[in-house]
Amino acid sequence: MKKIIAIVSSFIFLIFSNAWSAETIKLGILEDETGNFAIAVVPKIHAYELAVKEINAKGGVLGKKLEIVRYDTQSDNTRFQEFARRLIDKDKVDVVFGAFSSASREAIRPIMDKAKMLYFYNNQYEGGVCDKNVFVTGAVPEQQFSTLVPWMMEKYGKNVYTIAADYNFGQISAEWVRQIVKENGGTMVGEEFIPLDVSQFSQTIQKIQKAKPDVLMTLLVGAKQASFYEQQASAGLGIPMGTSVNVGQAYEHRRFAPPALENMYVTVNYIEEVHDVITSGQYHEKSKDFMARFKAAYPNEPYVNMEAANAYNAINLYVKAVEKAGTTDKAKVIAALETGISFDGPSGVVTIDPKSHHGSHTIFLVEVGKGHKVSIPKTWENVQPYWLGQAGCNLPAKADYSQYTPSKPPKK
Amino acid sequence: MLFNIVYQFGDALAFLLLSAIGLAVIFGMMKIINLAHGEFITVGAYGTVVSGKVFNLPLPIAMAAGVIITIIFGLILEKLIIRYLYGRPLDSVVATWGISLIVSQSFLVIFGPSYEGLQTPLGNFKLGDYSYAEYRIFLILFAFLLLGLLYILFMKTSFGTLARATIEKPEIASSMGVNISNVYSTTFAIGAGLAGITGALYAPTMTIVPSIGQAFIVSAFITVVTAGASPFIGLIPAASFLSTVQTSVTFFYKATIGIIALLFSVILIIRFLPKGFSGLITKQK
Repeated sequence: MKKIIAIVSSFIFLIFSNAWSAETIKLGILEDETGNFAIAVVPKIHAYELAVKEINAKGGVLGKKLEIVRYDTQSDNTRFQEFARRLIDKDKVDVVFGAFSSASREAIRPIMDKAKMLYFYNNQYEGGVCDKNVFVTGAVPEQQFSTLVPWMMEKYGKNVYTIAADYNFGQISAEWVRQIVKENGGTMVGEEFIPLDVSQFSQTIQKIQKAKPDVLMTLLVGAKQASFYEQQASAGLGIPMGTSVNVGQAYEHRRFAPPALENMYVTVNYIEEVHDVITSGQYHEKSKDFMARFKAAYPNEPYVNMEAANAYNAINLYVKAVEKAGTTDKAKVIAALETGISFDGPSGVVTIDPKSHHGSHTIFLVEVGKGHKVSIPKTWENVQPYWLGQAGCNLPAKADYSQYTPSKPPKK
Repeated sequence: MLFNIVYQFGDALAFLLLSAIGLAVIFGMMKIINLAHGEFITVGAYGTVVSGKVFNLPLPIAMAAGVIITIIFGLILEKLIIRYLYGRPLDSVVATWGISLIVSQSFLVIFGPSYEGLQTPLGNFKLGDYSYAEYRIFLILFAFLLLGLLYILFMKTSFGTLARATIEKPEIASSMGVNISNVYSTTFAIGAGLAGITGALYAPTMTIVPSIGQAFIVSAFITVVTAGASPFIGLIPAASFLSTVQTSVTFFYKATIGIIALLFSVILIIRFLPKGFSGLITKQK
């Protein structure tokens, strides 16, 4: 009798605990709240929380509330791996969002693939990740460079010089610049890869002056390399700069004293100034609305950057896919995400390209002018992440788990 | 063209000299392997930027404030920790490494991951194809001036004689009536103050982050090690040699190869001139 009671009660407990755990959908978040990248990442974390709060206020999805399980990865790749395993094995989350640097993304991608975990990377990066389990809501080179580089070449001239951080992000981004410059009939007059430890740039500045470029692409990363901007301004370099990384992430135009960043152009898919600069139309309305909700929840946020918009979009895209699939089963959610699903976010509609799992974007060309005043001289609508699909990445038809570059495209 | 070469060479030379100048006293003379040297520079840089911003001081006064703050910081450290480590070089490694971690993390906690920077003072001028920042030229001149003053202080004044005697033979100096405890802390404070000067001078040219001092530490140690036993004699030839290697290799190849060449040449020097450049010079005398 005792035995029967024990079995029955454990059954009841099991049923209840199952029902209880099924009440929420668990979203694992791995972001750098502290360390080197914190400055650009904290707004991203708040954007995830904002999206979750809003969705829960509307009653959640499939009758379940969303629950965030979050770890501080401390800008440290080994922390990423440790917490990725914890989210999968212990917390048993339904989906993972996160990572800032490409190095940390590559550190956890194999873990996600091994566990067949659905993973959203919500950051601009060097492009090329073709992975069945991975969705990317950040901008990629064909969105940031195919717009920026030809525009700058037309305005300032065809001779381009690149300085880039000497690791995978800088190397691959520079390769993209090289290719786009060539396609548009320009000339690379110089290219220099700079170790992340370098903080003194006198010699680099003079090499640039010797080559006399019309356009300087600065793909520099980290606090030490950021010293370049102050040093080029004090040396009076005066060459228009183009980049995919500054302003839209760590808001250098607010943090550095002018004129360090004057005359810089950057392509972003969102920054908080959008509705101040564009005074009417859908982008004005959407950004204003997003910023009002963001500031109501986080009044002390120093800056709402493009990765915050990407994070916000990612949660909403996931929820839409779960709704469409009618389940949180990962394979079915991935199938739903591969139906050309889209979300109307802070800077307009983002549609997931089924072939490559990357999002389309509105791309704003941001110009940092005198006194670091921001203007947006051009907007490209609905820019597609076309490259991977054209190169042969077709995830609905053929599962893949690789990262490709222009010089190393998928095997056909 | 000639001016351009001199400027490049001088710029690299100034960076090496100013990186090393505080360490030349603390490690070169006092034999404290100070792994917190970078953090002394950080204190100088933050002292300058923060006092400049908060009290709205003009740059030279803010720099002076930054240096004074670093001297006070150095004096406190000397009284609390460093004075127990004289003659214990290996223990000083562990202790100063700990200090460096505590200091840089404290800056992170107090001032956040990045602090708004200052604008580089002075202007720039054009010569042929190139333009030059006047402040960088000021840095080159200042580095030589500072080194000259230091040489006079330690080689030509009675305090310098006392300091060298105390560090060479503390027992004898003490028995001759020298207050060695005072001499030690004054010398250490001078070393800290020099590192503070480096931080103050480079603060307007760099991004102000808690790890700013880390940018100097490798250059500082390799310069002091290649300078050898008498740092004030060896510093200029050591820094000249190293900056020649680095700028010329970087000029013909690229920054990465320049750094490799620099470190490789240090290995060669340590192998063939174990007493460094000052050993070479004093031998010939």
